Amino acid sequence: MKTLLDLFKDYRFRHAFVVLVIILVMAVLSFFSPYDPTLWHVVPRDMKPSAEHWLGTDSNGQDVFWQATFAVRNSLIISLISAVISRAIAILVGLVAGYKGGTVDRVLTFIGDSLLVIPLFLIFVMIAMMVREHMNLVVLGLMLAVFGWPWDARLIRSMVLSLRERDFTKTALLSGTGTVKLVLKEYIPFTTPLIFSTLINNMSWAIGLEITLALLGLVDLTIPTLGTMLNWAYFSHAILLERWWWILTPVILSLLMFIALYWLSVSISEYLDPRTRIQRVGA
Amino acid sequence: MKFAKRYLIPRLISYFLVIWLGVTFVFFIPRLTPNDPVMRMVDQMRARGSTMEPGTMDDIINDLTEMYGLEGSTLEQYRDFWVRLAHGDLGVSFFQFPAPVTELVSNALPWTLGLLVTTTAISWILGNIIGGLAGFYTRAIWSQVIDAIAMLLRPMPYYVFAFVLLLLFAYVWRWFPVTGGASLGAMPEFSWVYIKDVLWHSFLPGLSLCALGIAVNFQVMKLLVQNVNAEDYVQYARLGGVTDTRIVSKYVIRNAVLPQITGLALSLGQIFSGALITEIVFGYPGVGMLLYRAIVNGDYNLIMGITLLSIVGITTAMLIVDLTYPFFDPRVRYS
Repeated sequence: MKTLLDLFKDYRFRHAFVVLVIILVMAVLSFFSPYDPTLWHVVPRDMKPSAEHWLGTDSNGQDVFWQATFAVRNSLIISLISAVISRAIAILVGLVAGYKGGTVDRVLTFIGDSLLVIPLFLIFVMIAMMVREHMNLVVLGLMLAVFGWPWDARLIRSMVLSLRERDFTKTALLSGTGTVKLVLKEYIPFTTPLIFSTLINNMSWAIGLEITLALLGLVDLTIPTLGTMLNWAYFSHAILLERWWWILTPVILSLLMFIALYWLSVSISEYLDPRTRIQRVGA
Repeated sequence: MKFAKRYLIPRLISYFLVIWLGVTFVFFIPRLTPNDPVMRMVDQMRARGSTMEPGTMDDIINDLTEMYGLEGSTLEQYRDFWVRLAHGDLGVSFFQFPAPVTELVSNALPWTLGLLVTTTAISWILGNIIGGLAGFYTRAIWSQVIDAIAMLLRPMPYYVFAFVLLLLFAYVWRWFPVTGGASLGAMPEFSWVYIKDVLWHSFLPGLSLCALGIAVNFQVMKLLVQNVNAEDYVQYARLGGVTDTRIVSKYVIRNAVLPQITGLALSLGQIFSGALITEIVFGYPGVGMLLYRAIVNGDYNLIMGITLLSIVGITTAMLIVDLTYPFFDPRVRYS
């Protein structure tokens, strides 16, 4: 509790927290939506925002607000699939590479570093071209997860490298603790804060890539996400026809989401790293 | 000699290994995904309503199979893939038949390179200078204002940021053109009018790349400078009465900038991906736009060619940046 109170002293954490709560509420609201997101022409088309349709309606005859609740929920699902699975890979690779060392370390580090270098966006485009019609939330999340781990694995590896040299490692080994138990019981707690902040970063990376791929039409456009909403609005010429409520809803929602996720991760990692905390407070 | 052994040779080995891994990825993607690129293309041709005799269809399928190098066992295919790549043969484009992929890419490349090199240079230099100064004068108001702006810009993905710029400057205020690399019908020539036209068209794409690039470099550099600031030699110089201007320009920034050179090399892949996306948003006639048309037309071969060339190009650029490192850091040079 005290941690949370301390974190609330940071203006970035406060704002990010409020925005994310609003976004989560929206995502939950989608379960109570009066409309089916996959159906067209359920409401009058191209209506301006009104009491009945809070954010207006679009040219497909869908309610923008309720569509946005589904979009937020689905974008969060993609990003969570990607973030959780890639975290699992990152932890495994980081721990193994850092603890085992030697050839295993070199091979894993090489694969990770190469993935950092290769223009992943193009690789995603290639994969999406091949499986476009199967590109649902889960497939997209998995695809991003498979490539989203290298940087974080690198961070965890370097952390384990330094933990391995600490005295408690030797004490544990000498008193007969097994490798698996040592790693799980002693090392994981140290890496938890790092894993949490990279989890948030990975989520925002996944949402960004989803929007990019969706705007290029490389995902299943019938599933509402922030990206597909933007795609429909843009390619239905919402800008030229001045249907601002339609195009601005996904744009503003995604901007808020990116900034909030980033501020959350920065404020938490600064809080966890005392060196920067001292610099910020000015002690 | 020592330099070559300790620095050059390991670096060259990793260069070739990265290219090998990237190309292997590209090779296996169509083979591990459920769809067959050949049948896909045939389906597309059918969908466009072209009817032909059964024999012709078989010929087309054979030709396409050969074009994609899908004959023989996987191992043979893999070998042929490398042989073709080594000859610079990336096949032909499907939607601009029979233009070779290499020709299409090399036509689009000058636009992308021009945009990319200029914006990367500007954002690296400006970001490091501003970030360095802001890290040195942490308490100044301007430093905190820029920091807040960077906190807003940093998390945005290229597509979203470029899109917002386009909405504001091209649609709402109409200061800059919505699309294109030059005015319609303008002939490429070496004249002030044409250059001005190109610069005017590339302003918004350039701005979107620069703003995000500066924000990233600014934040990293600021952190680096704050760390260098705490070093003993900086304290010593300060106590010895060396002026702030001299400390920051001669001692602090020069030391803090070294990791940034490595950082530049590491981030080239992302910058390049970002440039492709920016080009698509602004309809800028570079490789990104070529990629977009390839996506829209389902031209898998062209996408594959662009990916392969990008992997080679980016790793080579990284190698060059890395190899210049010893010129900046005497410790590497003499060891």
